[in-house]
Amino acid sequence: MAKVRGAIVVDVEKCKGCGVCVPACPQEVISLAKEVNGKGYHYAYMNKPEDCIGCANCAIVCPDGVISVYKVKLDN
Amino acid sequence: MGELRLMKGNEAFAEACIRAGVDAYFGYPITPQSEVLEYLMSQKPYETTGMVVLQAESEVAAINMCYGAGGAGFLPVTSSSSPGISLKMEGVSYIAGAELPLIILNVVRGGPGLGDIQPAQSDYFQATKGGGHGDYRLYVLAPSSVQEMADFVLIAKEMAFKYRNPVMILSDGIIGQMMEKVELFDPIPRRTIQEVEKQAPWATTGKKANRERNIITSLDLDPLKQEQHVYHLRDKYSQMEREDVRFEEISTEDAEYLLVAYGSSARICQKAVDLAREEGIKLGLLRAITLFPFPSKRLAELSNQVKGMLAVEMSLGQMVEDVKLAVNCRVPVEHYGRTGGVIHSPVEVLEALKSKIIK
Amino acid sequence: MDFKDIIKPENLVYRRSSLLTDKPFSYCPGCGHGTIHRLIMEVVEELGIQEITVGIAPVGCSVLAYEFMNMDMQQAAHGRAPALATALKRLMPDKYIFTYQGDGDLAAIGTAETIHACNRGENIIIFFVNNGIYGMTGGQMAPTTLPGMPASTCPFGRDVNIMGNPLKITELVAQLPGVHFATRQSVHTPRNVRRAKKAIQMAFEVQKNKKGTSFVEFVSNCNSGWKLSPVAANEWMEQHMFPFYPLGDIKVDGNLVTK
Repeated sequence: MAKVRGAIVVDVEKCKGCGVCVPACPQEVISLAKEVNGKGYHYAYMNKPEDCIGCANCAIVCPDGVISVYKVKLDN
Repeated sequence: MGELRLMKGNEAFAEACIRAGVDAYFGYPITPQSEVLEYLMSQKPYETTGMVVLQAESEVAAINMCYGAGGAGFLPVTSSSSPGISLKMEGVSYIAGAELPLIILNVVRGGPGLGDIQPAQSDYFQATKGGGHGDYRLYVLAPSSVQEMADFVLIAKEMAFKYRNPVMILSDGIIGQMMEKVELFDPIPRRTIQEVEKQAPWATTGKKANRERNIITSLDLDPLKQEQHVYHLRDKYSQMEREDVRFEEISTEDAEYLLVAYGSSARICQKAVDLAREEGIKLGLLRAITLFPFPSKRLAELSNQVKGMLAVEMSLGQMVEDVKLAVNCRVPVEHYGRTGGVIHSPVEVLEALKSKIIK
Repeated sequence: MDFKDIIKPENLVYRRSSLLTDKPFSYCPGCGHGTIHRLIMEVVEELGIQEITVGIAPVGCSVLAYEFMNMDMQQAAHGRAPALATALKRLMPDKYIFTYQGDGDLAAIGTAETIHACNRGENIIIFFVNNGIYGMTGGQMAPTTLPGMPASTCPFGRDVNIMGNPLKITELVAQLPGVHFATRQSVHTPRNVRRAKKAIQMAFEVQKNKKGTSFVEFVSNCNSGWKLSPVAANEWMEQHMFPFYPLGDIKVDGNLVTK
């Protein structure tokens, strides 16, 4: 069975740290950073990148459209 | 010679809109101008020239439909009478701010408030000094005949695009309702959408790949930019004052006294000039055709010639302030006029001249 | 496999619509406006109709929508967007015209324009963002503020005996024959976003087929006005807004949906 791996790229400087993506992630991959961006927001990042399945749930609820999603199918 | 017809002023205006290739009319019924919309609907120009005609749910909606049409580069027209024009003023301010073409006809009736449905000229301030909010001006034309109700549509069309600014035709219940012979100009075809886009590259007709998006707005939250925008508007108004002042003089060559009037009041004054001349009084008339820009320069010149001026308007005295500003105290300037829908007679005008100016 | 090896152009499955400008949204963190902007522009992009679409921005938080949507747009006076859209559609019947309005704009000052555009069956889309409050002016009571819900002009909660009841304008306009499609959506979860996007696609389809007015309401959040964190605001919305403003289609294909 093919295994799916994903990854997201957050536009850190445009992220407002609203956190709406955090509960949207079925894999609990995303957290808000302890650090802040140039605007003072705790931006979103992949805390557990190995669990990302590239479902894009985070990106489609992101109000600022700052998340891009990548996905690959890996053959076991 | 163009086609001759006997028409009401309101009908002549409506027919002229169709013939001028106007793109859309949006209006709402109000006496004494309802014939405009009635005439347009009877002619069905949407089947001939493609002109859109729509009875809106309110004057407010009608003027904002005009905003939408003008923003897409089309030439919209709306018409109303005094209370309805007040309702439209918000939209007029936006249209002036966003620099869109528009022709707006005001067939003035007595006010304030609901007033009455008789002719008046008490909307001069509203037409020439604002009416809506902000630093803006309308180009204001004052017809004094049914013929001019038709002809001024062409001038208004030219000015609306030359300046990207709303043009008001400030008429009144006399000119709107009376019937006269009109010689109609030959029809001018409406522009195609390609011609609209060529004439108005700023219009919102859909963003093409080869240009930046077009935005129609009157908003700039940066006060320095907004100030620059208002300065740009002021430059347009200054250009109007330099290039597009219109007026007419009657018997001014040897005049010792001068009447200043516009619209139907100017016709009454024309008779008063005749009556005065019969009595040996050398009276002349300056009839303002554009109320903004006002013929201030010519009035200033005439103030070196005459002994006094009487501003005659069907109001408590509104245009008289512009006459006084132009004359700058060089000679006495007084106002005469009936108001609230009452029309003064030539004899009353002459008596007022004698009592207020000649003395 | 390191996640960095996944981030390659050929593996891209979701990105921000190219029809949004690079300008960051001026909305508060977590505000649904941004998501709704994104969805509308995704649909316009997917349909390939950017060159023949014109949008109308309102007065309110989304007054600057034209800064973010890379397309020809007009900005209307408060409440008048449907009047502008009426003129645009009638003069350019083959173009797609939509308005984007908030609850104060659409359901208070612009109620007449809203209802009459719908009643004439203008072949336009009205996107209506309902967050139950005036966001831009600082959290005042809206026509859609819930009973008992506090706002800066009803600090002790909306007392319907004094301030009247909230207006369910989508149910109201759905009664009009000119309205072909009326629906209420939200964009706070992935599932709702997917549904909302389908509703937007349906609305453009209705306009393409010249069937009449489409009225798409989004029940949305106002974290700043509600004085909640973005995630808490979404939870509050589920608990309080949805019972009063239930999600789902209200009119489809010109027929009221019976429940």
